[in-house]
Amino acid sequence: MPNKESLSQETRSLIKAQISRRGVLAGAGGLGAVGLLAACGTKSSGSAQSDVAVDVSDTEKLARWANWTLYLDYDSDANKYPTLDALKASSGLDITYKEDVDDNNTFYGKVAGQLKLGKDIGYDIVTLTDWMAGRWIRLGYTQAIDEANVPNKVNILPALANVGFDPGRTNSLTWQTGFAGFGWNKEKLPKGVHTLDDLFAPANKGRIEVLSEMRDTMGIIMQYQGVDISGSFTEDQFMNAIDFLEKKISDGFIRQVKGNSYKEDLISGDAIAVIGWSGDVFQLATENNGKFEFAVPESGGTLWSDNMMIPSTSTHKKNAETVMNYYYDPAVAAQVAAYVNYVCPVQGAQAEMEKIDPVLAASPFIFPDDAALSKVKVFAALSPADETKYQSAFQKATGN
Amino acid sequence: MAFVATAAKKSSIVRGIKRPSTPYLLLLPGLAWLAFFFIYPLINLASTSTQTPTDSGEIGSYVQTFRFANYIDAISGARDQFARSIVYALIATLLALAISYPLAYAIAFKSGKWKNLLLVLVVAPFFTSFLLRTIAWKQILGNEGPVVTVLRWLHILSPQTGLTASAFAVVTGMTYNFLPFMTLPLYASLERIDPRTLEAAGDLYANAITTFRKVTFPLSLPGVVAGTLLTFIPAAGDYINATLLGNPKTKMIGNVIESRFFEIVDYPTAAALSFLLMAAILILVMVYVRRAGTDELV
Repeated sequence: MPNKESLSQETRSLIKAQISRRGVLAGAGGLGAVGLLAACGTKSSGSAQSDVAVDVSDTEKLARWANWTLYLDYDSDANKYPTLDALKASSGLDITYKEDVDDNNTFYGKVAGQLKLGKDIGYDIVTLTDWMAGRWIRLGYTQAIDEANVPNKVNILPALANVGFDPGRTNSLTWQTGFAGFGWNKEKLPKGVHTLDDLFAPANKGRIEVLSEMRDTMGIIMQYQGVDISGSFTEDQFMNAIDFLEKKISDGFIRQVKGNSYKEDLISGDAIAVIGWSGDVFQLATENNGKFEFAVPESGGTLWSDNMMIPSTSTHKKNAETVMNYYYDPAVAAQVAAYVNYVCPVQGAQAEMEKIDPVLAASPFIFPDDAALSKVKVFAALSPADETKYQSAFQKATGN
Repeated sequence: MAFVATAAKKSSIVRGIKRPSTPYLLLLPGLAWLAFFFIYPLINLASTSTQTPTDSGEIGSYVQTFRFANYIDAISGARDQFARSIVYALIATLLALAISYPLAYAIAFKSGKWKNLLLVLVVAPFFTSFLLRTIAWKQILGNEGPVVTVLRWLHILSPQTGLTASAFAVVTGMTYNFLPFMTLPLYASLERIDPRTLEAAGDLYANAITTFRKVTFPLSLPGVVAGTLLTFIPAAGDYINATLLGNPKTKMIGNVIESRFFEIVDYPTAAALSFLLMAAILILVMVYVRRAGTDELV
């Protein structure tokens, strides 16, 4: 891992290249308006990145948080987020919580331009998946977390305390962790889905959906083909899995390739078996009298985490740290886990969960033991060039 | 075009009375708007379309190298989706025309006091979001929905087959979503037809069919041309219907652009494809307008 300082240098040179390109364009265009716009861009980006945004937390009691849908304990009767409201009351902070992240790539596409120019993206905490978090940290788009303000950081699970994309967790903190595996309709498939062959059984043809998250869908197919996805696999091995996926699509097995919205298709019956996320399927099962079930594939599932980070453009760093610290309190973490049903990254939360719901405290999908963890792998970090190559192949295979 | 003509006429009147610079000053806000929101993004897009990745290979960073082969790469990688977009949009346009014409005709000539209510009903779907309306079709065409139930009962569909996640659903969704864009211009031009021309046709012993063929339809042509353009152009670039109602084999060019832009972060290819789509539509529309000869009609 190259250190952050040298990378922000690189980012700076990129910004400079961007400016000069615009300058040339404005000259060639000869249009007053274009020149004016380009000038605006130059002025604001000149001061960008070189110094991190000033923290005005003490005067502006505000923290703005972007998270995924159904990812924080929610009381649908009162239309409230209980833990968040408790924090607001105790800290005096005004916290705006938005379910604005629907897809890592789409969210990145939305804010990348502003991050590059050092303009406020409107959030003080963003919650993104490992590989995307890695990209932000690599590009210098995050601020280091001040441990003095986050004493609860020590509660992080040992397995998550040190990750390749952020050694020592200096710039990120795990929000939730989860598995990708098989979800199915128990009424239609009483025998369940435990292998990829079960999933692609002829009877399921046209009623199977897989995730649009490349690492999860490909990770499961590759492990079925005997490839270790956490190690350094070859391009051929990846492409073999692409061929498998392409074949299943062209033969009409796979109905659609999508993100969270496979849930609606499971409910409507348009899909009866999916490659999906553990927490989603548990939430569905709870809401539908146990009609759905989740299992990690016998050949192996994937493990991923979403991480809280403070964008480089945030001017409320300390407030953001207050929020992070609060959610690393085991009692609060247990309350969140009881709702979202994903793997809780906070030590001590299991003991707290005993008080809320002993059944959930015993769930291997919220508090996995070593046996459960041995069946899942984290997809290896990809170089930018490989990432582009593999993502292109995956997009092409899925019809794009 | 009629609008442009009147505007020109008016400005010449103004010029006669006031200082000659006034019309140009009045044009300024419009031109500035065009420059900011149309020309500048277009130049930016053109510039992006010939860029190549930087040496570092970092995701999303590109430098200008004027690589025009980007266009060839872009089109050769998305030929199927390109063809599909044109074909789907064409079918949706024809279907929308077939549905809208009788509808607009009825509203214009036969609706009496219900005219305003019917027009409101045509526009009413606009009050809900495009996304929601498309998602509603998922339910209408869904396996438990009314359409499939009836078709299965009639043994037109086998119990195993459904209608969603198919080309049929995508085209249906597009036809529905763009229907008002077809109906309103048709209604406007039909409503403007002078009833005396129809009476004259009757006086000359033309029967109903001949009257329609020789009088009503030719006089409604500006509406047909405007309606088909307003339907075809957004339909060809649409990707929402293909995303929500289609399957991996019914993806359109809009989906490819979206995936290139957001998923792969390949801005040059996305930009090149956008330009190609724009060019293709422009050529098709020009040929169409020429053939329809609407210059005198509109």
